[in-house]
Amino acid sequence: MKRIEGISKLTGRERYVDDLPLEGFLWGATVRSPAARGRIKAIHFGTDIDWSQFVIVDHRDIPGPNEVAMIERDMPILAASEVRHAHEAILCLAHPDRHELRRAVASVRVEIEPEEPYLDFVAEPTQSQIQYGSDNVFKHIAVNKGDVEQALAEADVIIEGVYETGAQEHVYIEPQGMVAWEDDAGVLRLTGSLQCPYYVLNALMHGLNRTAEQVRVIQASTGGAFGGKEDYPSIIGLHTALLTLKAGCPVKMIYDRGEDLAATTKRHPSHIRHRTGFARDGRLLAQDIDIRLDAGAYVTLSPVVLSRCVIHAAGPYQCANVRINGQAVMTNRVPFGAFRGFGAPQSHFANERHMDAAARQLGIGPAELRRINLIRDGQQTATGQVINDGTDRVGLLDDALSRADYGRLREAHRAFNASNPYRRRGIGIATFHHGAGFTGSGEVDLASVVNVAGLADGRVEVQVANTEMGQGALTVLTQIAAARLGYDTNDIVIAPADTALVPNSGPTVASRTAMVVGFLIEQACDDLQAGVMQAAACDQRPVGAHLKQAIQIVVSQTEDHQPIIGSATYGKPPDVHWDEATYTGSAYGTYAWAAYVASVEVDLRTFVTTVTDFVAVQEIGTVLNEGLARGQIEGGVVQAIGWALSEECLWDEQGGMSNAQLTNYIIPTSCDVPLNIDVGFVENPYAYGAQGAKGIGELPMDGPAAAVLNAIADATGVNPTVVPMTPERLMELLVPNE
Amino acid sequence: MRVCMPTTLSDACSMLADAGTAGRVMAGGTDLLVDWPQRAHEHDDTIWIDLSRVTPLRRITCADHVLRLGALTTYWDVVQSEQAAEAFPLLKQAARVVGSLQIQTRGTWAGNIMNGSPAADGVLALMAYDTTIELRSTAGVRRVSLDTFYTGYRSTVARADEILESIVLRRHRYRIQYFEKIGTRQAQAITKVGLALTQDSADHSWRVVMNSMAPTVTRCPALEGVLSAQQPMAGPDAWLPIIDADVSPIDDLRSTSRYRRVVAARLLHSALADRCDWIGQ
Repeated sequence: MKRIEGISKLTGRERYVDDLPLEGFLWGATVRSPAARGRIKAIHFGTDIDWSQFVIVDHRDIPGPNEVAMIERDMPILAASEVRHAHEAILCLAHPDRHELRRAVASVRVEIEPEEPYLDFVAEPTQSQIQYGSDNVFKHIAVNKGDVEQALAEADVIIEGVYETGAQEHVYIEPQGMVAWEDDAGVLRLTGSLQCPYYVLNALMHGLNRTAEQVRVIQASTGGAFGGKEDYPSIIGLHTALLTLKAGCPVKMIYDRGEDLAATTKRHPSHIRHRTGFARDGRLLAQDIDIRLDAGAYVTLSPVVLSRCVIHAAGPYQCANVRINGQAVMTNRVPFGAFRGFGAPQSHFANERHMDAAARQLGIGPAELRRINLIRDGQQTATGQVINDGTDRVGLLDDALSRADYGRLREAHRAFNASNPYRRRGIGIATFHHGAGFTGSGEVDLASVVNVAGLADGRVEVQVANTEMGQGALTVLTQIAAARLGYDTNDIVIAPADTALVPNSGPTVASRTAMVVGFLIEQACDDLQAGVMQAAACDQRPVGAHLKQAIQIVVSQTEDHQPIIGSATYGKPPDVHWDEATYTGSAYGTYAWAAYVASVEVDLRTFVTTVTDFVAVQEIGTVLNEGLARGQIEGGVVQAIGWALSEECLWDEQGGMSNAQLTNYIIPTSCDVPLNIDVGFVENPYAYGAQGAKGIGELPMDGPAAAVLNAIADATGVNPTVVPMTPERLMELLVPNE
Repeated sequence: MRVCMPTTLSDACSMLADAGTAGRVMAGGTDLLVDWPQRAHEHDDTIWIDLSRVTPLRRITCADHVLRLGALTTYWDVVQSEQAAEAFPLLKQAARVVGSLQIQTRGTWAGNIMNGSPAADGVLALMAYDTTIELRSTAGVRRVSLDTFYTGYRSTVARADEILESIVLRRHRYRIQYFEKIGTRQAQAITKVGLALTQDSADHSWRVVMNSMAPTVTRCPALEGVLSAQQPMAGPDAWLPIIDADVSPIDDLRSTSRYRRVVAARLLHSALADRCDWIGQ
């Protein structure tokens, strides 16, 4: 099935939030902190501006508590007396003319009495830098399996390594944007570019002190998100809403790229230390892993990012003794938040680079070392979850190697490198996994609800809060409902993601939409069929044309022709048990498994790494829509190549992003990625996913960085441990400064 | 902000003279858009003289060993001109690595010169040839060698009332013509290290030009001297002291001083070792 909204996006007819018709509105803008940390002493309004023409909102205009409701409530909507990071929001302004508004923002001077910021999350904070608890640690998570010290003492070889990854910006094509207005009934409506309407709704209810009936959040067509529109829309949404309430007219707030890059969340920087015990034959005996994540100035989603990071840290391997200590540390940087992969890319980068370094030290081939240790059915993960899904993980790796022509290429590269004066070729592997859906008991806590409605004309409307953001959810959810009901896809309607119209089916995150929400849609479809069967007194479950006809009849017989509703609420699969206190059990209902192979060429004149070929083989349960699935993998690989080689947030002395422009924050173009990304799927249906599907969206972000850096190591003989491995960094490894 | 749209060059010169210090000349406008609209308010008092309607300025002429580019000649115009691309192949190479296709079809060679960026790719190629520019004002025309046009970071010998009317390249025969741009990625990138080389077949004289290595795009007399003297070079590192005599690369958002020096040395060595048997490997 083709993408439902594909043509309108391709032809430019799709309307994003900035394109929505709006009259009599003001533009909104934000005045931000110039300093990393300090007390707000005064706010000086420039004398060159006629301030009577502006709507000005500060913390005193907030009807409810000055808190952005997320996991914690530590982040203010607008800073009141202190600031904790550069670009933190302090004031909001509105004016009919955007040009005047920019002049006004530039003329406000916020006077800060500076305090010592904590910017280097790897260094222990000094006493004056401590701002949270006794050590600035927002969250600590430990996993303990077996006896690591004993196993290390008995290991033949101990291999240590430290791996670092930098912040990554989402660079969704459409920057953050919101429009708010109050309707005739006094309901505050907010529409904008967002992933999770109910997250924004909760934040509005809390900050504006309103009931669920007094606020309404509607997703506008969203031009990319990647996690960047999971938590941040609550902030810009509150700002826009506050301006609207004070102005008494609609307000539109659209960030430009510079503001979006500087002020919104990014991927958590990581610093991960591995100490690993091996038997001489390559068997993993002990994994001792320390993880430190830079969480930024407020908690946001860091505890759950850390959780996923910790759970994936030991990789897809069998090891009897595992100790993982993870910390998410508060610093005076912009809060780091959700980004495709959600902690797993950092873990897998460290672990897969470490496995390669270990293979070299052990004198065992990198593929062979993985074959020896890949988890087999019946074995347990680091949290003690028994894997028993029937997937042949070694076979998956061998499939990827054979697609990549790994054995022949390694030989060919050796000959090429020996004869070429400055070009060096190499090939690298990563094997990894990604837990699908929320971590631990997250899905149970969410208790997602899905409705499907049989309409008067017999069509069926799927009512979910999950959103299309470029990944193809509209299309896949339509397919799932149509297949379940025996319907033509044209007879399925997806309701707008509008909190007044759809139940809370949970956020569109964690690779959960097709798998978890799709599965609920199937159950709701079954419920609808059962309801129709009962109402129409059929002998058997109606499907297809019969169902459509039966719905028409049933609805026509009701008062007001009310649709007939089928519903489903999330229920935990029976074999899933998770203990949050000990961090043991089924961390996820299921995992997707993958083996990626990257080929690179390094130019020793310029130290530029070119990824020349890429093979991505994965087991993701059932492939629901091959075109979209392939798109997810290719896109994820490209985004991960950017993280691996060029995307770097540079910071100024106040901890703010100094390269907040797309000329200097370097995402790959089509010339920077391999022409052909060979995508392979192995299907092994999962019993609790729609049609057997597992999550797919985040998986391809997890493996490529390690595969690419492993290939650089193979090509050049150096041991790169940092992403992004820019040409400048690679030069320092290849030509160290004396 | 005011925008004037003259239709003749003499009107443009008068308007620019009348505008005084507030006057700024605009051709393709691509450099202006980099900061627009975020910094638009900084131009509240600017008077823009937009040359786009002075259509004769778009012309390329190629005659008697001279190529003449007008103030409105775009990168793409040169790519499309067989004569220009054949006579001065580095121009075409440079044109195809400037920004995106949209920038190449709108950005002008004259704008690239006048904007004064030390990373200007068009200037890198132009300076590798024998290039003169003609500056017009109400007082007449003045000719300046491109080699001596820049006086420092974003500063030039041009006066506020002068418009770059045309770029004149004198054609020689060349033994070597080389252009290399190392950007922050393969396309749509700003140059970190740029190097252009030519050697005249007749008098064997060299032009070595670098961009993003100094406050301006610059010729490198020390390197030219070493090449003219046919001094052997033991390897890439041997070039470093000579590079240091010519340029002074900095650490910035895009790269480091050390990277720029090391890469320039390696590019020079690999480009010349293949072409000059006296250099050595």
